Amino acid sequence: MNYLDVTSVLAALSEEFGDVDFRPAPLLAAQDRSKEQTCIKVPAERLPEVMSFLKADSRCRFDQVADLTCVDYLEFPDAADRYGVTYTLVSTELGHRLWVKCFANDPAPEIPSVTPIWKGADWQEREVWDLFGVKFKGHYDLRRIMTWEGFESHPLRKDYPLRGKGERTSFTRIERDSV
Amino acid sequence: MEEGDVPLELSSVPTSGSTGGGEYALTNLDRMVGFVRERLINWSRKNSLWPMPFATACCGIELMAVGASRYDIARFGAEAMRFTPRQCDLLLCAGRVAIKMMPVLQRIYLQMPEPKWVISMGACASTGGVFDTYAVVQGIDQFLPVDVYLPGCPPRPETLLEGLMAIQRIVEKDGVVPSKERGGGKGLQLVAQVREQLIEGRSDISIGEQEASK
Repeated sequence: MNYLDVTSVLAALSEEFGDVDFRPAPLLAAQDRSKEQTCIKVPAERLPEVMSFLKADSRCRFDQVADLTCVDYLEFPDAADRYGVTYTLVSTELGHRLWVKCFANDPAPEIPSVTPIWKGADWQEREVWDLFGVKFKGHYDLRRIMTWEGFESHPLRKDYPLRGKGERTSFTRIERDSV
Repeated sequence: MEEGDVPLELSSVPTSGSTGGGEYALTNLDRMVGFVRERLINWSRKNSLWPMPFATACCGIELMAVGASRYDIARFGAEAMRFTPRQCDLLLCAGRVAIKMMPVLQRIYLQMPEPKWVISMGACASTGGVFDTYAVVQGIDQFLPVDVYLPGCPPRPETLLEGLMAIQRIVEKDGVVPSKERGGGKGLQLVAQVREQLIEGRSDISIGEQEASK
């Protein structure tokens, strides 16, 4: 069985959520259609119920978030939204994979957290919050994870300068007679 | 013997000194004590440096090679690497230091007992190296007093041994109470030029004949 074949999942989704346009499309077009990774788009307000369905339904059974990351589409050609949070879902039971995208925009980008559904999304959502500044509503402990508390910016945003905003020079200098 | 070296004789110790109250003469015993202090203590110090290996990147691998049998840092009496700063007198910063790591490094430096010396090993610890980003400190000498810088990415083990010997020379000349000005310890504070400016100001390379024909 091809693990990229998710036609049964898409059928189950359109049956359950007839009012949502998931716009399934390949992440990257390939010559061999059977090697394309299917990505669906979910509006932020419907994310919790769609994700709960994807985990619980017998045709989907996505029991694992293999990856949770984000893309900043600033100045990207033909991009309608700025932040695209991307979920890679894996079903260890049925052996298939699905990519889910959920978009958010400035100011104060916010999407619902999937930590109540998959506990493993905890640190990855914290990382996306830290580096992109996308808030996850409903996360029980949304602290920074890579940079430190008190850091003001979100460094993986495209409009953040490469050399920072003076963070790397903001230490007290220790002299030889310091104690 | 090189110029400036102190001869290994008692006569090199001054025969008189002065305090706020006035001048005083030094007896042979005083001179003997002074000799022991200046020469013996420094001699034993420089030959038993205890490094604190703060290895954060690939320089640490070279550092391990120096500790192994082929290069054998024990020949210089510095094989006693301790992972607590309380027992060390030589901070060996090997590798890039992230901004989140700098307070840790400063704390380790402050926890080391005096007298203490610092080696900044490799391009990253000295200047930030290729990591000119928001997350990497551009030279630990901006925030710590550094005695010896080692060039290289990473430095060869021989370079590290040379750096160790440089520390030994500093220890030998430094006096029992190390001076605060030793080794420079100045921050580099270099502002990296952007690439376009560098290309614009680049001079033509001339090869012998071409130069002569002009």
